[in-house]
Amino acid sequence: MGATIIEKIIRNNVGKEVKPGEIVTVNVDRVMIHDIFIPFVASKFEEMGFKKLWDPDKVVLIYDHLVPASQVDDTRHFRVGNEFVKKYGMKNIHRSDGICHQLMTEAGYVKPGNIVFGTDSHTTTYGCVGAFSSGIGYTEMASILGTGTMWVRVPETIKVTINGTLPENVMAKDIILKLIGDLGADGATYKALEFAGDTVENMSVASRMSMSNMAIEAGAKCALFTPDEKTAEYCEMELTDKEKDLIGDSDAVYCREIVYDAKDFVPVMACPSNVDNVKPVSQLVGKEIDQVFIGSCTNGRLEDLMAAAEVLKDKKVAPFVKLIVTPASRKIYKQAMENGTMAILAKAGAIITHPSCGLCCGRTGGILTDGETVVATNNRNFLGRMGTSKVGIYLASPKTAATCAVAGKIVEPK
Amino acid sequence: MDKFSGKIWVLGDDIDTDIIIPTEYLALETVNDMAPYAFSPLRPELAGQIKEGDIIVAGKNFGCGSSREQAPEIIKALGIKCVIAKSFARIFFRNSINNGLLLIENEQLRDVVKEGDEVTVTLNESIEYKGQNFPIASLPDNLMDIINAGGLVKAMRKLNGLD
Repeated sequence: MGATIIEKIIRNNVGKEVKPGEIVTVNVDRVMIHDIFIPFVASKFEEMGFKKLWDPDKVVLIYDHLVPASQVDDTRHFRVGNEFVKKYGMKNIHRSDGICHQLMTEAGYVKPGNIVFGTDSHTTTYGCVGAFSSGIGYTEMASILGTGTMWVRVPETIKVTINGTLPENVMAKDIILKLIGDLGADGATYKALEFAGDTVENMSVASRMSMSNMAIEAGAKCALFTPDEKTAEYCEMELTDKEKDLIGDSDAVYCREIVYDAKDFVPVMACPSNVDNVKPVSQLVGKEIDQVFIGSCTNGRLEDLMAAAEVLKDKKVAPFVKLIVTPASRKIYKQAMENGTMAILAKAGAIITHPSCGLCCGRTGGILTDGETVVATNNRNFLGRMGTSKVGIYLASPKTAATCAVAGKIVEPK
Repeated sequence: MDKFSGKIWVLGDDIDTDIIIPTEYLALETVNDMAPYAFSPLRPELAGQIKEGDIIVAGKNFGCGSSREQAPEIIKALGIKCVIAKSFARIFFRNSINNGLLLIENEQLRDVVKEGDEVTVTLNESIEYKGQNFPIASLPDNLMDIINAGGLVKAMRKLNGLD
């Protein structure tokens, strides 16, 4: 009998055939801890009685949610993190290079077929290169740091096939929002998503990243793309036969199969205050907005900033709208400077910030208040996420967000 | 604690981790510092009203959203004995087990109960509400091992020969 991608990754890791529902202990290839959780991971690790990390080279610490500090309390996280790095001989630490999920793939910490855990729910992102990656809490992270292993339940797989050419005004973000709307916020809970079809084959790794990033918003454990030539180029490696084989077999068993025709997609938004409250932009046209946010681990990559710049070239952001642009990493910031994207955005009136989680987690730069509306390219529109609980957050693609910034209200991109 | 009763607080579907504890309070030093802000975006008064031994009854996908483990820790710190929901989000489920917060899945209870009423839970068997019984499933062995050890920290201390 054939296997799905997740079954193959777990099988290769544990060295025996596995089936959904089975509980197995896997060897972890890499872990990521970010600034919010490092104090808790550090104290749990020591409380557990561990004296050393199972493999310091496999541990990555990234400061992103609190960078740069906006409250005095934040600095304690950096101090504890720095002490932990020194005490346990870690080398992989990023203090202001960008958002954790961007850096994990960009800096080469994750390869196809790897099993990776992170103390952040959007750790599902690394499925973009064919890795099984998932979010965990700080207690489980502390136990991995000591043992290098973790138990997982082999998940059932939902296969999503998309074929054809996307309309000009549709981005990968619109696809994943549509899918989350169709599945519901718990439609993939405990399950793996597997993407296939020529539309995703033709997509950049960055676009795949937007999709795997948001899989958790349907409850998924992971979201996997088959590694291909684009993956190899992105990861700066040659794929082995084992890595090329990370494709769902034709006789694999899926718990559900969903098929989309790419030409049927339209620009959509996730409306307040649930990510599965998805509506076509055409139904929301005319709603006045106060702010636009383009950034985050979902949509802060070069192609996202370039898509926004294409819309904003020789135009001005509406006078009463604040457009905040936050590149996902220092590397992307630099690339966007060098290719002229930043100049276009700045000329149009964007506020360009340092690479970090920024407004996405509602801690810095652009908090809103009662009655205000924001169109944002990040992954969550939960109650109170970007200020008070009476802020309306509409999630959209960078193209849609930039178009709205110019119009000062919700409009459909061309 | 094979059988216990408690007063219930009733919540809806998709109670996310930003509702359970907003990001702005995550840099406070301890979960006890954070606990007064629990559920504040939805019901700011709730954290102050919950008493030791109370039970939360909620809809589907309880605990969806971020991986913040403070969410189950705070619910436990408030004195909540267990959360009964139609379903739980995956990371929240793992975090709760690892911290010894009891979670029970039941599809029907949420739609018949009234806030302030009492329910009685018999572990691995059923929930009783006003004479009506709702069956519940038991947890897999590997999870019961963690709970029986008193949480993942204690399980690891045992592994390291400390307890």
